[in-house]
Amino acid sequence: MLAAAFADFMQQVVSGLASGGIYALLALALVIIHRSTGVINFAQGEMATLSTYIAWTLWANHGWNYWLAFPATLALSFAGGVATHRIVIRPVERGSVLRIVIVTIGLLIAINGFVIWQWSGEPHQLRSPFPSDVLDVGGVAVSVQDLGTIAVALGIVVLLWLLFQFTKVGLALRAVAVNPEEARLVGVRVSWMLALGWGFAAMLGAVAGMLTAPSVGLDPNLMQALLIYAFAAAVLGGINSPVGAVVGGLALGVILNLLSYLSQYRFFDWFSEELRLPAALLVILVVLLVRPGGLFGHAEVKRV
Amino acid sequence: MRTLLELDRVEARYGPVQALHGVSLTVGEGEVVAVLGANGAGKTTTLRAISGTVSRSGTIELEGKPLPRSPEAVARARIAHVPEGRGTFVDLTVEENLRLGAYVRRDREVKADLARVATYFPWLAERRRQRAGTLSGGEQQMLALARALMGRPRLLLLDEPSLGLAPLVVRELFRVVRELNEQEGLAVLVVEQDARAALSVSSRAYVLEVGRVALAGTSAELRGNESVRRSYLGY
Repeated sequence: MLAAAFADFMQQVVSGLASGGIYALLALALVIIHRSTGVINFAQGEMATLSTYIAWTLWANHGWNYWLAFPATLALSFAGGVATHRIVIRPVERGSVLRIVIVTIGLLIAINGFVIWQWSGEPHQLRSPFPSDVLDVGGVAVSVQDLGTIAVALGIVVLLWLLFQFTKVGLALRAVAVNPEEARLVGVRVSWMLALGWGFAAMLGAVAGMLTAPSVGLDPNLMQALLIYAFAAAVLGGINSPVGAVVGGLALGVILNLLSYLSQYRFFDWFSEELRLPAALLVILVVLLVRPGGLFGHAEVKRV
Repeated sequence: MRTLLELDRVEARYGPVQALHGVSLTVGEGEVVAVLGANGAGKTTTLRAISGTVSRSGTIELEGKPLPRSPEAVARARIAHVPEGRGTFVDLTVEENLRLGAYVRRDREVKADLARVATYFPWLAERRRQRAGTLSGGEQQMLALARALMGRPRLLLLDEPSLGLAPLVVRELFRVVRELNEQEGLAVLVVEQDARAALSVSSRAYVLEVGRVALAGTSAELRGNESVRRSYLGY
């Protein structure tokens, strides 16, 4: 009885880490853009949805092998992210932050409209990169799906970290995040670095979308709730902290899953699936009130 | 002495406010030139016009060729600008700051140069893993200077290096500038409020007044001229 409860509990933790991994990827995308461009990219979710539709089209319509469609989608998303910055964001970058925010909201609406126009609102089925097997790990039933998602999310995070920490481009990207003016003075082509950041963010979103779509179905609103979770994760971890985004994402995934799990017991029986999204919003609210810098960030100090 | 940098009637403005009304000056190869003047005279703007961080009109030539107008391109032309007030990347480590100084270089001697700049500032080597933001003001200013050197500049633009620093630190800083000039032939254009310190290293100087060159001469002349000292240099 107790063992069964524990197995159940662990199962929830693992699947919480899996959905948390996806939140983390999207949160990381938000953080990368926020660090460099200084805004929340409200179109992040829709960009990811578009990427996922591209993957679906290559795979289902053009008959590509999934394992070809996957990297091709990443490459196209990267190029799309870079192009988005060059064409849409750069012209308004010198204006107020509000202008950029409004442009990203416009982008959100435009991409959403484009997706519905191109692929209709009907849901599509994208295959998963992982088999649907379930493993028995010490009495705990763990789906390969979940394990794969966690592995991919962590793998990508590690790759990005290596890139940022140990390459010249990574150093330049960080320099731009710290002080763009100064970065230009040492010869960094800041505008291209920002575009590169958008490219990485679009790529992260694409992965998040392709990992999510198989289990929930691909429709134009695929990423809308997910973006809220990602936002909550980013705020929880610290909107300027890549590490925070990852930890925040994983933590949020596990917490929400455990709340669902606990709802079978007294004191928690008020919680139901419908409260997942409001719970994420509550996290945003509480963090912003209590610790605006998040777990790993520091609150922005403006020099006057 | 061959002319390295030449400004000819350079004008610059911040929005509606014109900051430079036609500044002309030259820096020779291997020469240290000081730009002096009161607050708001256009000293900093002169450097910013050169490095491309403010848009300007008029011509600026480096070795007879027009200087590009964007900071990235000016950095690639090997002009290093150490801006006013702790020009470091505070969240990055000392070594990362230094590596960024060499960002435009494609050669393989960056590592050797890390050791070379450490001969001027020995403490840099011990603290290379420390975040730049945790250094003292003087140390950050020296790091900014060391970072500029990592780019192997043909010309160093130094903006108010003494700002907010203790006199001892200022002296140390200018000692290093003189050493760099004497040993490596580094050309320097230094902007300073602390005229005495600047004139001690420069061979020539310009005095700016409301965006124009009001006076020019050798540093010895300017130092010796009583009325110049009183009205422009304030000591």
